[in-house]
Amino acid sequence: MGVSYGKLMMWFFLLSDAFTFSALLVTYGLVRSSHQAYQGAVDAFTFSQAYWPIPEKVFEAVPFLHGLTAPLVFVGIMTFILIMSSVTMVLAVEAGHRMDRKAVEKWMLWTILGGLAFLSCQAWEWGHFIHGAETGKAVAEGTTFFGANLAHNQYGPPDFAAFFFFITGFHGFHVFSGVCLNFLIYYNTVMGTYDRRGHYEMVEKVGLYWHFVDLVWVFVFTFFYLV
Amino acid sequence: MDHAEDNVQVNVLPPDKEKIKKLWTVAAILGAVTAVEFLIAFTMHHGPLKTAIFIGLTIVKASYIVGEFMHLRYEVKVLFWSILIPLTFVIWMLVAFIYEGIIISDLRL
Repeated sequence: MGVSYGKLMMWFFLLSDAFTFSALLVTYGLVRSSHQAYQGAVDAFTFSQAYWPIPEKVFEAVPFLHGLTAPLVFVGIMTFILIMSSVTMVLAVEAGHRMDRKAVEKWMLWTILGGLAFLSCQAWEWGHFIHGAETGKAVAEGTTFFGANLAHNQYGPPDFAAFFFFITGFHGFHVFSGVCLNFLIYYNTVMGTYDRRGHYEMVEKVGLYWHFVDLVWVFVFTFFYLV
Repeated sequence: MDHAEDNVQVNVLPPDKEKIKKLWTVAAILGAVTAVEFLIAFTMHHGPLKTAIFIGLTIVKASYIVGEFMHLRYEVKVLFWSILIPLTFVIWMLVAFIYEGIIISDLRL
């Protein structure tokens, strides 16, 4: 077929993973379109259980800048980090083709760093989402509920938070696995495993997985944050 | 490779400047498209047109990532099509489920 067995199987795994993520995102679309949409002006938007929230009104905080309204800026930074780590990965693959161990080590380290930076950002994002914004939501007993869990959230219908946790969590777990695999590749490169093997195809295979993680984020970014 | 301790002969080739430049170009395109998405997110009114533009730009980004970074454009045709053709199921799923969602929404009112 002109492709190695390992690469072919990685492609088929990624295809099946693409179906999993599509199913999650399409289900998000179904549940979202089965809820009321917010009709009024964007500036007058308030959180309510009656309609689906506008994402840019939910995700508008940036670390260390408390009280500042910067819609989607932090997610933009996360997107940028993931795209950059995809670039460093593809540079590692390029170096692998040339059997250049030093360059593979360098670019793999940058890729791992990018992955860890993304995970840290996501940890902050989750923390902020769970602890909530200033206003909160009034619950039946006359108290106010802040933030979100799987049953309640101040931002909108319960499904909104459930999907946030499930989709970004599933993607984040992929990133975490990717960082582990990248570290494995880095370790093997340093140990000279691929020099002895005579090729750096493992870098390429794990690279495919890492790009896929970036690809999924591109879709999550659009369908969860932008639309 | 002076530190290849077990006498493995490794022939290191020089960096392919052309290829690396191309990869950075793709990265710049991805960054630029994301910037445009940001611009649209805050300047356009919500509606079907905005959603359509976002989906279009996402597909542009996705094809750059899959085609260039994942190198699918340059793989053999059998691999290329055996990845792309099954993905049409996603479109089917998308249309069916969103249609269903709108009907559920109408029934609730």
